Amino acid sequence: MLDLLKQPWHWSVAGVLIGLTVPFLYLIGNKPFGISSSFRHVCAACLPNNANYFNYDWKRETWNLFFVFGIALGGAIGTFVLANPEAIKIDAGVQQQLAAQGVTDFTEIVPADVFSWKGLFTVRGFVMIVVGGFLVGFGTRYAGGCTSGHSITGISNLQLSSLIATVCFMTGGFIMTWLLLPFILKL
Amino acid sequence: MQSIREEEGTNHQQQTENFSGNIKYILAGIFFGIVFVKAEIVSWFRIQEMFRLASFHMYGVIGTAVVVATISTFLIKKFKIKTIQGEEVIFSERPLDKGNIIGGLLFGFGWALTGACPGPLYGLLGSGFAVFVVAILSAVAGTYAYGLLREKLPH
Repeated sequence: MLDLLKQPWHWSVAGVLIGLTVPFLYLIGNKPFGISSSFRHVCAACLPNNANYFNYDWKRETWNLFFVFGIALGGAIGTFVLANPEAIKIDAGVQQQLAAQGVTDFTEIVPADVFSWKGLFTVRGFVMIVVGGFLVGFGTRYAGGCTSGHSITGISNLQLSSLIATVCFMTGGFIMTWLLLPFILKL
Repeated sequence: MQSIREEEGTNHQQQTENFSGNIKYILAGIFFGIVFVKAEIVSWFRIQEMFRLASFHMYGVIGTAVVVATISTFLIKKFKIKTIQGEEVIFSERPLDKGNIIGGLLFGFGWALTGACPGPLYGLLGSGFAVFVVAILSAVAGTYAYGLLREKLPH
């Protein structure tokens, strides 16, 4: 059983479990599943806020910070307790494309040559980590949600805005991957 | 059926919760973080395979999650299932505006760069990729910038 849990999980298992998070959070505390709002709560709690956007009772929203803290703990358990004994299997074609564009390390779940402290202090690493992170924070709040809040919770509640946002998330990802990333990876 | 705009906060419970009440969200997060790592949703390579149309994996994960969540939401509405505290479930309305498009595209750029949406950013930090603390702080900075510029941006 433990061996089975240590293998990478099938998409259908992950999809069902993630989907069930939505009713689970509704029923344990009347909470809509969403993650990017945690960034807003951190701003409201920790940064000087003269903007209306941060002027709300963030203490009522601490559940979301507990939730994301749990995600980090779960990440640790998944990585260290249920460690996959084998290296990640990457699609051969994608690996070839990425190698041609300048990615050299395919041994971990993220390219360690980019996503490391050493990588951070390169132009490439700075763009992918700092600029990328900034766009995630700016874009999700501008759009009103992220993959969890819009694509899963919003669409499951039949919100048109969530469907439109999801199409734009994917479009933005395709534009970045196909048009810009090849240049960024060579920086 | 009650609904509320997402803007106004995501805690729809009338009763207040203390620290021990919040423990259940840590447990939910732990469960969720394990799924993220074990299904390799936190992997930059899986996200690249998705955007390069080289693998069905991420489409399968998100598609299945949407179907399961939609059926569950429908059932909660239809049978008026109450929360464990006995309250009526309140659903978020998400306003339709230009932000869905412009913000959506910007998030898409960030998603392909970092290989992570907000959940996996936290999951990766827990997985021992400490440098993702910089990505999370950058995301907080991005959110802060949005908050300050909000009145001037098209919505």
